[in-house]
Amino acid sequence: MLETKGLCKSFGALEVARDIDFRLERGARQALIGPNGAGKTTFVNLLTGVLAPSRGSVLLEGKDVTTLAQASRVKRGIARTFQINQLFRGLTVLENVCIAVSERLSVGGSMLRPAGARAAVIEEASRLIGMLKLGEDAGRRIVELPYGRQRLVEIAIALGLNPRALLLDEPAAGIPSAESHILLDAIATLPKDIAVLIIEHDMDLVFRFAERITVMVSGAIFAEGTPAQIAGNAEVRAVYLGNAA
Amino acid sequence: MNAATELARRHRWRWWEALPWIAALAAFFVFPTYLAFGTQVLITILFALSLDLVLGYAGIVTLGHAAFFGAGAYTVGMLAAHWGWNEPISGLVAAAFVAGAIGLASGLVLLRTHGLALLMLTLCTMALLEQAANMGAAWTGGFDGMPGLSFSRILGLFSFDVLYFRSQYLYTLAVLFLCFVLVRMLVYSSFGQSLTGVRENLLRMHAVGAPVRTRQVLAYTVSAALAGVAGALFTQSNTYVNLAVLGLERSAGVMIVLILGGYGRLYGAFVGAIAYMVLEHSLAKAYPTAWQLGLGLTLVLVALYARNGVIGILVSLRRRFAGTAR
Repeated sequence: MLETKGLCKSFGALEVARDIDFRLERGARQALIGPNGAGKTTFVNLLTGVLAPSRGSVLLEGKDVTTLAQASRVKRGIARTFQINQLFRGLTVLENVCIAVSERLSVGGSMLRPAGARAAVIEEASRLIGMLKLGEDAGRRIVELPYGRQRLVEIAIALGLNPRALLLDEPAAGIPSAESHILLDAIATLPKDIAVLIIEHDMDLVFRFAERITVMVSGAIFAEGTPAQIAGNAEVRAVYLGNAA
Repeated sequence: MNAATELARRHRWRWWEALPWIAALAAFFVFPTYLAFGTQVLITILFALSLDLVLGYAGIVTLGHAAFFGAGAYTVGMLAAHWGWNEPISGLVAAAFVAGAIGLASGLVLLRTHGLALLMLTLCTMALLEQAANMGAAWTGGFDGMPGLSFSRILGLFSFDVLYFRSQYLYTLAVLFLCFVLVRMLVYSSFGQSLTGVRENLLRMHAVGAPVRTRQVLAYTVSAALAGVAGALFTQSNTYVNLAVLGLERSAGVMIVLILGGYGRLYGAFVGAIAYMVLEHSLAKAYPTAWQLGLGLTLVLVALYARNGVIGILVSLRRRFAGTAR
């Protein structure tokens, strides 16, 4: 459903994405891994329209979305979380998620009706907050929350957009390992036709979650396969652990 | 009370919101000789309220808001002086339309930038208008402005009271109330919530699919129209208009008012305008040559110890007492 063909991105002489052909199928549970600086976040930025590619194309359900702005891609069903939290820090958890739900329902620009009178928006935001076990924090401002809880708000916001392709950039970073199951439980409850791409360094989480893994090195796809194939790939181990592996 | 219930009730009017309006009406009877000053305070509140919509809620930093105040002020002045259009209420509508149109046109260009570039461009817009008013003497009166304007009765009933400002005070208060209701409706609406989102995190607003620039331009246009109404009230109540309505001093002054009262808080404009103007009035009376020093020191103290203004102090105190009570 989400596909790239020959995707390239350069900043001057520096090539950060090199001829990437990538497919994320409908309902996929896929992981994108690679060493630091491999270009994973840049790739997500190219998929979501934060960056424009130097060459190549991005297709969503067969339609070329390469030239579409970020907001238009979100409306077509591509949602993301950020590696570093990007939240409305002075607002409550509930307000954060309400903003996302309002935009998805195209009522974010409504000037006449109070935001508080939109029961459907508040109900849906509350449901997502409950799903991520954030119910007790719903009335707290983001600045008052521990970092790990903020990561869960990031995911609640992305889910509020009711995506068809959900791109999670290091979602477990900062979440205590005892709470990472909340994240996996939330993903497990998503409709099966939503494609989820997770970029993660926590290999335990990656191998528990992913049905397919893509390895990226130096801005290019290095290997792709099932978790078993990737785990058994000596070259991938060498890239990750050095020649000593 | 849980978060959902609190959010669902947030837009409801609270009893204490009647207090500023009761106080403003009471001032009419208690300080009958200060109504000219009171009218200027009410106009400043409206001007600050218009700035609060863009600065406090949408996070658009501007040093050129006087451009819209001036546009409104000159619109009613020129209509009255050159076309004999001196009916006050339709004058306000025309001023809102002209200032809003300038806000829309400049917003479409300026709001492509942000930070220092935006700050400079807003300043340039105001300077351009100021120079246009200065050079177009045949229409604007140039440096001398347009003195001795006359306006017809408000609603055909109440004539402008040149000596005691009684009609002007009540008229300005009524217009301020209507504009306040509009701003209040906007900030509690989904649109207002999204503006707060733009202020808090632009990157995230893009990532939730919001048409960020459209929202900013809309807020800027509405704010410009309201500033235009404030400017029009200034001309109508004082029966003159000159270049002072367009200067940097006026732009900076209204920003100081908002910082003093607390931006992004609706009532910050009220508290800030009263505090600023009373302070200015009293200091100028007590120390005619050094009154700006006192104002400057107050601002330094606010910037150092009360970054959310007077309203921010009150909110912090309420939170602290609520915490102690628990």
